[in-house]
Amino acid sequence: MEKLRTLKQFGIEVPEAEYAPPGHTACAGCPGAAMMRQMLKLLGPKVVLTNPASCSGYFARAVEVPLCRCLFEVAAASGTGIRAALDVTGDRETIVLVWAGDGGTADIGIQALSAAAERNEDFIYACYDNEGYMMTGMQRSSYTPARAWPTTTPLPQPKKERKKDIVGIMAAHRIPYVATATIAYPEDLIRKVLKAKTMRGTRFFNLLAPCPTGWRFPPSLSVKLARMAVEGRVFPLLEVEDGLRWTVQEPQGRISVGDYIKMQGRFGHLREADIEAIENSVHEEWELLLAKASRVCEL
Amino acid sequence: MALEEGTGRGRYELLSGAYSAACGAMLSRAQVVAAYPITPQSTVVERLSEYIAQGELDAKFIPVESEHSALAVLASASAGGVRTFTATARQGLALMHEVLHWAGRGRCPIVMAVVSASLGPPPDIGMEQDDAPAQRDTGWMQFYCQSNQEILDSIIQAYRIAELVSMPVMVCFDGFIMSHTYEPVFVPDREVVDGFLPPRQTKFKIDPENPLRFFASPGAVAGAGYLSKLRRRVQDALEVAKEVVGQINEEFYQHFGRRYDVIECYRAEDAEVILVAMTSVASMAHDVIDELREAGKKAGLVRVRMFRPFPKQEIVAALQNASKVVVIDRNISYGRSGILALELRAAMYSAPKKPPIFGFIGGVAGLSITPGRIREAIEYTFDHREPDDEIIWLGIPPWEE
Repeated sequence: MEKLRTLKQFGIEVPEAEYAPPGHTACAGCPGAAMMRQMLKLLGPKVVLTNPASCSGYFARAVEVPLCRCLFEVAAASGTGIRAALDVTGDRETIVLVWAGDGGTADIGIQALSAAAERNEDFIYACYDNEGYMMTGMQRSSYTPARAWPTTTPLPQPKKERKKDIVGIMAAHRIPYVATATIAYPEDLIRKVLKAKTMRGTRFFNLLAPCPTGWRFPPSLSVKLARMAVEGRVFPLLEVEDGLRWTVQEPQGRISVGDYIKMQGRFGHLREADIEAIENSVHEEWELLLAKASRVCEL
Repeated sequence: MALEEGTGRGRYELLSGAYSAACGAMLSRAQVVAAYPITPQSTVVERLSEYIAQGELDAKFIPVESEHSALAVLASASAGGVRTFTATARQGLALMHEVLHWAGRGRCPIVMAVVSASLGPPPDIGMEQDDAPAQRDTGWMQFYCQSNQEILDSIIQAYRIAELVSMPVMVCFDGFIMSHTYEPVFVPDREVVDGFLPPRQTKFKIDPENPLRFFASPGAVAGAGYLSKLRRRVQDALEVAKEVVGQINEEFYQHFGRRYDVIECYRAEDAEVILVAMTSVASMAHDVIDELREAGKKAGLVRVRMFRPFPKQEIVAALQNASKVVVIDRNISYGRSGILALELRAAMYSAPKKPPIFGFIGGVAGLSITPGRIREAIEYTFDHREPDDEIIWLGIPPWEE
């Protein structure tokens, strides 16, 4: 029997087994490492991890499940290949977990990902979203929010374009499951992963991973930043089933977007007018999201 | 190939080169096939998907969105311990370039058919042979075929070789000239092939019961000392492969009654001028050699079948008694010369005797190489003591403003 630990206040049982032991080389305060650990606990022991070039390599290399590293732009193709090998040898039980960064997902990797989603390949794809190329030193990705200054859109010309809507893109593929989650709400992450585990086909997670190194905040505040992103409605928690049924989760606490922005060095140059513009844009996105939702519930 | 040469159980079928490649992969019981269509390869994967759809081949067909993904799917599937196949051509192979290195250094025993034709610009499908030779540094073994029978047989052989040395193999042939030309091909019964090629066995594969890391550094940070030794092991594997190719060729002969050496010599022992060529140029050259012999000219042919690993010893031995060597390349390593000519010059540098090498470039961008062109190149070589230049253009005049 699997040993389970109960998160009593949430009524959720989590396996005690660990597949991501301590001793990895991720940055201090990296929520990516913590979320990978959580996911592997829930999906293991019959799970295979594939992982392209990204800073997640610094913690993925330490896992105690089979690891298949792959080229930057092929994460979804690699997951497809592993699934195919398992399938033709009669192993339908083992779960394939693809774990990539936002560049590997939405930029260089989007061709392979879109194709795999269109074929409804049977794997769980987790994008840990730290809003930039953090492995190579915080360069701009299509996930970088407007007005931040990654090193390839330096001041006085910070990024102009909005963050790419990967949730909308993946939902448009009508895959069985798309969800967002983050480190500040482990009970929500656990529930969603367990739900995805019962499904077949392409299941996509976008996991917000506030990056102390790249976003410029103290490593002790990663979880707080993740919570603030949700409470500021910058990073809505949601689920999309079959690309059609959108459930949006309303955070209980509310903070202003400005409070979230002001915590981060990458926005340090912004004036009140800029922050107000960001607030307007966040509000607009939230309204658009609600219009898509068939259900809005409390988080 | 004469009909009576087929031995063992099987039957003759009229097959194109493309269908011969698909048939070879089917008989080899490839388990995962991922491919993207590109002229002139498309009929290879069409036929394979038919085999799979009709249950003749128990495999998974993955219709990927690019050649890059096709090979990436196979690299990871290969780490999963299964037998994999794909086919490509031209731009498709060029697009795969990054993954070719990955699969080569990653020691994946993938087998791939390469149907050569032009690289753009402009987008064109004429014959040229710069796609496959340009990938010679990726760790892949390369065989170049001159008949449809050889294509089918080489794919079956390639799996034995690839899986024994844990290196990927390309089986290359010419677009249209071979891929779309029908020849009688002896198709062996599946049981005969099964007797030669058992299911893939591998010590290491992706397995939750035995968690290992694939394509990964041993620790959190790559150690250059460790990794540099791995690079050297790739070279060692290809050195071992030279011997394995010979052994498998003999074993293949015992099973099927056909054999293919790494180089094949035709009337070369006493030849004054030896032509070195690959694929359909080599197959056409046989008649040209006969004609020249009848005219009293001692010409011979060395066909290079295995290009990687390069059979240096065999080539040096075959060319030792020639007074001159003529090479026809259907490719250009821009800024240098034809690729086969370059390889021959390097191989012959340390040979006891160094016959002058006449490096012709022709038949690129869809230009035909006819028996007449081949004869022209050989006769030029007879008539000249030394080549005028490192490149002699065969039917390609200079640009005029």
